[in-house]
Amino acid sequence: MSRRTLFLGFFQAGIIGFGGVLPVARRLIVDDRKWMTQAQFNDLFSLCQFLPGANIVNFAFAFGARNRGASGAAAAVLGLLGAPVCIVMLLGAAYGRYGGLPLARHALVGLAAAASGLVLGTALKIATPIFSRRVNIALAALVFALVMLLHLSLLLTMLAVLPVSLFLAWREG
Amino acid sequence: MPILGSLALLFGRLSLLAVGGVNSTVPQIARDVVTNRHWLTPAQFVQLYAISNAAPGPNVMISTVIGAHMAGIAGGVVATLAMVLPAGILVMIVSKIWDRYREARWRRIVQVALLPITAGLILAAAGVLVRQSDTGALTAAITLICAALSWRSRLHPLWLLGGGALLGLILA
Repeated sequence: MSRRTLFLGFFQAGIIGFGGVLPVARRLIVDDRKWMTQAQFNDLFSLCQFLPGANIVNFAFAFGARNRGASGAAAAVLGLLGAPVCIVMLLGAAYGRYGGLPLARHALVGLAAAASGLVLGTALKIATPIFSRRVNIALAALVFALVMLLHLSLLLTMLAVLPVSLFLAWREG
Repeated sequence: MPILGSLALLFGRLSLLAVGGVNSTVPQIARDVVTNRHWLTPAQFVQLYAISNAAPGPNVMISTVIGAHMAGIAGGVVATLAMVLPAGILVMIVSKIWDRYREARWRRIVQVALLPITAGLILAAAGVLVRQSDTGALTAAITLICAALSWRSRLHPLWLLGGGALLGLILA
């Protein structure tokens, strides 16, 4: 697979991936281009979810590197992010210039409230299936309290909760 | 420190802490750029976050839009690279040895242990954003409706963002 192919494939996934690139990338890679089987895709994607970072960006790094080494990874990531980065910077520039106008201000207030709702919905989607395990409720509540109430940094929160969570998971399974 | 260096350091530090995705780092980003450095007001932060959501592409766009707001195109590029490179390099290294550990017991334990932390962090992200965006009854109602719809329906997020903007335009 050439670097050009990698760039163009991920470019397509990036540009049409409004509100979540994953379904688009999966369809492109597994169904349309047949670069991987569904099982191979799931396997590599589970690694990208397991490690920190944006899952789909991680996927572009790993998939590009497997095919063409570091330069393949660069081609895939630049393809994935190139167009969205340009678009979001244009939107940001428009925000800087026109965001203060009365009409724009009202729309932005509504947009921001909607975006907060989307994140809350995402949080509920993640929380509902895992909250059947009661210790997960306690751990998530602990993280929430450390960040929101005690204003602990992300690093310190991780250092405080991860060992406890690891120990509990180890004891169970 | 020059602004590009600050941006690289700020987002570079968060890259490897973004468990379960970039949204986990939103509370920390808000604290860094709003509370500590006063680069943005709370309203600006949540509006830039919303703009990064309304554009195509993954969640890393929050770093792009903040970087560009602070330091133009160079700022956007530096912030984006800082956010994706550390995690990307890690994933390239680990993917070479992943086959050996895929079925390992410790791997499953780590995965189980990370889930509630991710849930807590994204709930906190929602808390931070709600606090900054919901200044009255109308915005709170928009947030609740969007939360319920994105939780329970398969409606595309762009409809919700567009609907929120429209409601703001008409009613605010």
